[in-house]
Amino acid sequence: MKIAFASGKGGTGKTTVAVNIANILQQTGADVQLLDCDVEEPNAHLFLLPRIAWSVPATVRRPDVAEEHCTGCGVCAEFCEYNAITVFKNTVIVFPELCHGCGVCAQFCPERIITESDRAIGVIEGGAAGGIGFVQGRLNVGEVLAPPLIRQVKEKAPKAAVTLIDCPPGTSCPVIEAVRDMDLVVLVSEPTPFGFYDLTLMAATLKTLAIPSGVVVNRCDIGNDELYRFCDREGLPILAEIPHDRRIAECYSRGALITESLPAYRELFANLWQQTLTLLPSRPDR
Amino acid sequence: MKIAVTAQNPGWTESLDTRFGRAAWFVIVDAETKRWEAAENLQNRQSAQGAGIQAAAAIIDRQAEVLLSGNVGPKAFRVLHSGGVRMYRTDVSKQQTVADAVTAWERGELEEITAATTEGHSI
Repeated sequence: MKIAFASGKGGTGKTTVAVNIANILQQTGADVQLLDCDVEEPNAHLFLLPRIAWSVPATVRRPDVAEEHCTGCGVCAEFCEYNAITVFKNTVIVFPELCHGCGVCAQFCPERIITESDRAIGVIEGGAAGGIGFVQGRLNVGEVLAPPLIRQVKEKAPKAAVTLIDCPPGTSCPVIEAVRDMDLVVLVSEPTPFGFYDLTLMAATLKTLAIPSGVVVNRCDIGNDELYRFCDREGLPILAEIPHDRRIAECYSRGALITESLPAYRELFANLWQQTLTLLPSRPDR
Repeated sequence: MKIAVTAQNPGWTESLDTRFGRAAWFVIVDAETKRWEAAENLQNRQSAQGAGIQAAAAIIDRQAEVLLSGNVGPKAFRVLHSGGVRMYRTDVSKQQTVADAVTAWERGELEEITAATTEGHSI
C-alpha cells in the first residue's frame, strides 16, 4: 500500500508524522519504506539517520541546437509551451532552466537540427534506516523542476509492503506528482486560519484526484474550531490529534523521534495508523 | 533608428510601465521622425514563465535597436544583448511618459543597462 503525508501549509508536521509512523511500523517488523519527496528541502533523513547506499543523478532532457544550420524559422519557439527557446535572426537561445523536456522543439524542427541531451537537476539516493527502507530526492539549488525528480524518486524506489511518502508543501504540481498514485493521503494540518485554508485547497485537490484522505490535527489545542467544522461538513475523518506539547518541539529540535524519546506518545501514533488503515479502499488483492 | 519604450497604454504621452516582460504595451518610436506605433503585450503578460524572453524576441523582431524600460531581468537581458539591443533605464521620479523617456534618452540622461537589473521571476 502507498500512503502519502501532505498538508498544503508548510510546517504542520508532515515529516514528523511520516517518520514516526515509519518507526512504529518498523517496530512491528513490517516491510516499510519512506520516500522523501519534499525534494527542495528533504529533511526526513535528519530524523531517520539512514545509511545511504546508492545515489544516481536525476535528469531532464534539454535541446541542443546546431545553430550554424538554423534558418531562423522560429517553429521551435512558437511550439514551446514554456518559452524555453527563442529565435531571432539566426540566433537560437535555449533556457534549460525553463525547459520541461517535452521534446516538441526537436520533433517539429523542419531542419531536424535539434537533438536532446540529459541535464542533471538533482540526485536520488537511497539506503536504509534500521528496518526502514529510505529513498530521497534532492533538487539542485536554483533548479525549479521538482515534478520530474519526484517522479524519478518514485520510479527508483524498490517495492515494499508499505510505502510512505513525505510530500512537499503546497497544492501545486510537485504535490500532485507525489500523491497521484497513492491509495490514501494523510493530511497533516493545524487548527489555525492558515492551516485551515490550505487544508481546504488540499482536500479539494484530492477530491478531484479521487484519492481518499483523513486528517491529523497537529497542535490541536491552539487556534479555533474552523478546521473541525470543515472536516465534519466534508466527511473527512480525524485520524488523530497531537497536542501542542513543548516536549515534542524539543524532541523535534534535537532531530529525535517522538515514538522513541516520548514513549507516552507511542499509542497516539499506533492509533493514528490503525485509523488510517480503516480508510483504505478495499481491493481484491488485499 | 527605432526605440522601444514600455508603457501602460498606447501613446506618446502615456505613462511608462516600469516592467519589461510583463509591460502592458510597447511603444515603438522612430528616433528621427518621432512617428510611433504600439504593440500590446497581452500574450506575454499572461504567460506563466518566460515573459521577458518572448518580449525581448518581439522587440528584436520589430527591429528596435534601443529599449527604454524600468527593469530588465536576466533572461530578457541575455536575449536583448544577443540581439544587439542597447538598454537604458527609465526613472519614474524623473520621467513619467513615453515622450519624457525618449527626450531624456536623446539628452543622454538615461543610465545604460549593462547587466540584469532584477532577479528572474520564473517560478
